Amino acid sequence: MSSVARFWRKIPQRYNLVGTRCENCGRYYYPPRTLCPQCRRAGRIREHRFSGKGTVVTYTVIRTASEQFEQMTPYVLAIVQLDEGPRLTAQLVCRPEEARIGMRVRPVFRRISADGESGAIHYGTKFAPDTE
Amino acid sequence: MREVAVIGIGCTPFGEKWGSSFRDLFVQAGTLALEDAGISGEEIGAMYVGNMSAGRFIEQEHIGALIADYSGLATAHIPSTRVEAACASGGLAFRQAVIAVASGIEDIVVAAGVEKMTDVGTGASVDALAGAADREWEGFVGATFPGLYAMIAHDYMHKYPLTREELAMVAVKNHYNGARNPIAQFSQEITVETVLSSPLVADPLRLFDCSPITDGAAAVVLAPLDRAREYTDTPVRVLASAQASDTISLHDRRDLSTLDATVVAGKRAFQMAGLTPADIDLVEVHDCFTIAEILAIEDLGFCRKGEAGRLTREGMTALDGDLPVNTSGGLKACGHPVGATGIKQVWEVVQQLRGEAGKRQVDGAEVGMTHNVGGTGATVAVHILGV
Repeated sequence: MSSVARFWRKIPQRYNLVGTRCENCGRYYYPPRTLCPQCRRAGRIREHRFSGKGTVVTYTVIRTASEQFEQMTPYVLAIVQLDEGPRLTAQLVCRPEEARIGMRVRPVFRRISADGESGAIHYGTKFAPDTE
Repeated sequence: MREVAVIGIGCTPFGEKWGSSFRDLFVQAGTLALEDAGISGEEIGAMYVGNMSAGRFIEQEHIGALIADYSGLATAHIPSTRVEAACASGGLAFRQAVIAVASGIEDIVVAAGVEKMTDVGTGASVDALAGAADREWEGFVGATFPGLYAMIAHDYMHKYPLTREELAMVAVKNHYNGARNPIAQFSQEITVETVLSSPLVADPLRLFDCSPITDGAAAVVLAPLDRAREYTDTPVRVLASAQASDTISLHDRRDLSTLDATVVAGKRAFQMAGLTPADIDLVEVHDCFTIAEILAIEDLGFCRKGEAGRLTREGMTALDGDLPVNTSGGLKACGHPVGATGIKQVWEVVQQLRGEAGKRQVDGAEVGMTHNVGGTGATVAVHILGV
């Protein structure tokens, strides 16, 4: 992940959970898609900002990570289903023993990783337990 | 379409081969396969080489030409093509070779797979392997390959009655088989306790639920069936070759506990061969993690969803069971040099069908299947072989 542009062009999506919605079929997509897999060329894709509220579909606790995430272990990784329907992979901001399938979560803005000591710092969305 | 047969096979020992290079490994496997088929290099019409990530593991691309060159065939100008589909690279290389022979465009074709993974450290190889999933939306947030399969395991265990012990029994069984395979990376038997006391990698998967990092290469030689007897007394027929794709990201799947690409490729293969799961005498499935073998047995139609754990515990998949699974030791015990695995699966099934599998021979094996998965199920190749 050495190129700054590679991360920079995804900032809206990663910072603010901006995905897409197809106005033809009404389906929501996150990560965003430029072509609706359902309607293909008949689809009409528009930006959509998700509220970020969702439910944990499944999770794991990563104990052995790639070099970039080694310092953060153990961390909780989950698949979250947003209330509008799409699913995404994200880290949970909670203790490993707190994580459970079906847990309600809300988005939080966090540092994700850094490209070494002098490289770009990557921010994005993690999810925290939603107690409301 | 012409019928296709395997006329020669070769495989290096799998393991941490620090004294051998990528080129050494390939030449060793390729030479064994050519000797087995009794052919010379000039007879080869084309080569397909499965390789996932030489660019990351050894900083070398242009693998097709490299392999042809170091096989001593540069001046023969044989078309040599690299095939990449993560851990299914070998299965797809085999499929491309089958298509080339079946079409009539080529006669004698080599399908090979090779990976040299130990020239980089564990962190770097974990990162390279994470590229088999969606780098932008899975790897970016810290998803590792074991982590993605661990999320499948949690989902599965939430839905179906699979116990942690039953999951461990997959590894125990595959180590038992691997201990009877001279080329296997791990030659020792293990117990359920060995698995359950090993360190957690990604909950609920422990170290002994995971296939290792491995160096190795495998090669097979294909020919039209009607010419196969010119080369060998024991040709093995390719009865079906099927492939299917699915979403690259695990989170986009219809059902996290079913690899739809396996379901579809399996059905296509059975249809092409005119066979059913009951006709299969043994199967090499993609057990990159113990949970993956559970999914494969179900998704290929050998039992109903949710039953594979119990059937593993009851011995159905053991060497002497109704359906021996991963007689080679699988990816778990035989080792998993990612690009080579799909070819090694064919190597194992051919040995079994020839009756040359020694201590792990399945009595009376006549029809075998291979199942090779790329990523968390975004690519699947299934082949059926028969005598």
